[in-house]
Amino acid sequence: MSVLVYVEQAEGKFKKSVFEAVSYAKAIADQQSTNLTAISIGDVAESELKELGKYGASKVLNVSADQLKTFVNQAYASVIAAAAEKEGADIVVLSNSFSGKGLAPRIAVKLKAGLADGAVELPSTDGKFTVKKTAFSGKAFAITELTSANKVIALNPNAFGVKESATDAVIENFAADIKQSDLGTVIKDIVRATDKVSLPDAELVVSAGRGLKGPENWGMIEELADLLGAATACSKPVSDADWRPHSEHVGQTGIAISPNLYIAIGISGAIQHLAGVSSSKVIVVINKDPEAPFFKVADYGIVGDAFEVVPKLIEALKAHKG
Amino acid sequence: MKILVCISNVPDTTTKITFTNDNTEFNTSGVQYIVNPYDEIALSRAIELTEGGKGTVTVINVGEAANDPTIRKALAIGADDAVRVNAAPRDAYFVAKQIAEYAKDKDFNVILTGRESIDYNGNQVAAMVGEFLDIPSVSIIKKLTFEGDTATIEREIEGGKEVLTVSGKFVASCAEGVAEPKIPNMRGIMSARTKPLTVVDAVTIEEVSKVTKYETPAPRGTVKLIPADQTEQLINLLHSEAKVI
Repeated sequence: MSVLVYVEQAEGKFKKSVFEAVSYAKAIADQQSTNLTAISIGDVAESELKELGKYGASKVLNVSADQLKTFVNQAYASVIAAAAEKEGADIVVLSNSFSGKGLAPRIAVKLKAGLADGAVELPSTDGKFTVKKTAFSGKAFAITELTSANKVIALNPNAFGVKESATDAVIENFAADIKQSDLGTVIKDIVRATDKVSLPDAELVVSAGRGLKGPENWGMIEELADLLGAATACSKPVSDADWRPHSEHVGQTGIAISPNLYIAIGISGAIQHLAGVSSSKVIVVINKDPEAPFFKVADYGIVGDAFEVVPKLIEALKAHKG
Repeated sequence: MKILVCISNVPDTTTKITFTNDNTEFNTSGVQYIVNPYDEIALSRAIELTEGGKGTVTVINVGEAANDPTIRKALAIGADDAVRVNAAPRDAYFVAKQIAEYAKDKDFNVILTGRESIDYNGNQVAAMVGEFLDIPSVSIIKKLTFEGDTATIEREIEGGKEVLTVSGKFVASCAEGVAEPKIPNMRGIMSARTKPLTVVDAVTIEEVSKVTKYETPAPRGTVKLIPADQTEQLINLLHSEAKVI
């Protein structure tokens, strides 16, 4: 019995959400009084793999087959499930990232495992093995019991935090048996905006709505986000009107996020929007309508016109940063 | 082209979510149900791809008879026929197994779902169906086009997108961007009443998970209002009180 964590690489590097998944998996391994093994697929330097030890992985399986250099969820799932079986791991942990969402269900079926995705806390192992996960788009949590012998857990980014646990990680090459039929999808192109903070991983998010009146007014939102090192987001009417890309739409039918700080500017706070952001740790609302429902769920609020308040906020932030 | 679209029956997006029976059951009283909004996107794309005699669209739902109005709504939007697997859905694993069992000998070229259902937010069914059928699956797609037997797909990744191709049968879960949701017209609503809705029995499978209890998020304290001309005060509070910047 052990715990296996899949560590997703992007261009040979691990992101914070990966170290968070390792920290979380290490805490589960401690609960179960067992060891944590990590599995990495693709080209990652040994020094980067060693980093996983810092967060508690005592062994790292390195898979560097040519056919697996880019993501193919079918083949990756086969490799991870095979590693779980070989290692005798009955709990598989991964980050609930875009790729993780495609992988976890396939791994679960292969291992005949119950899957808790969108986990926000450590499992409770008091008699039953239960995991708290988001449900109803952030309007509730579902305590889900995994009744199967094998279990798969996908952790929501920014839900657990990165925790160091100095361990010396042993790196082992893992020879994957790759079936041709597992390579049905072929990647043609990857486009990544490297200069921007990705929204699902962001610790700070600046979001704006219809109150901004038009796409030409987003300059100040981007300036504020850049100063904070925050990602930008928007409400549904804004992405529906093509003022901003769909990938920025947060809310019930967009993406759900849980940053440390969410600043909502010119967003009234419809129930569908609140659903996607209510698990943010701190919420700031800037709106000229004092009756805007968003103020009811905010920690800090400024009643005022965005076009006056935001430039002042930028000035104050510049002064604060010195 | 034969397309199967998996639809979920979910509470309307404006629903206030509450629970009963010591927070072990979702309170369905007064709740309006709709076709899961992402499944509508998948359905709309399926209709676009098959319009003009280029193929057929079947919708499938795993649920009890109470779901029939939602299934009829999908037929009104433009699906050709519908199947309901008669069972109370237990979890995504159960639902995916039922769909895979139905689809395995039906020769669908493509199986589409929404990126997630807005009740359990799983995004599990598409990839699980792919695994049960041993065919490729692509999750959270933004664009889907075909050239002959080869599909070109854009998939969302952190901070960008990935473009990939897949030939032969596959499963995909659709997000915004794949299609504009279609709204049923009067002719669609009339014809939906007579389109075939077949009910099939569920297969039994082992239980792997179950929800034991629900919780609602802890209410926040009262908002601290800061005068509009004192933005530096907000920065100070975020720095020294909330400690987030």
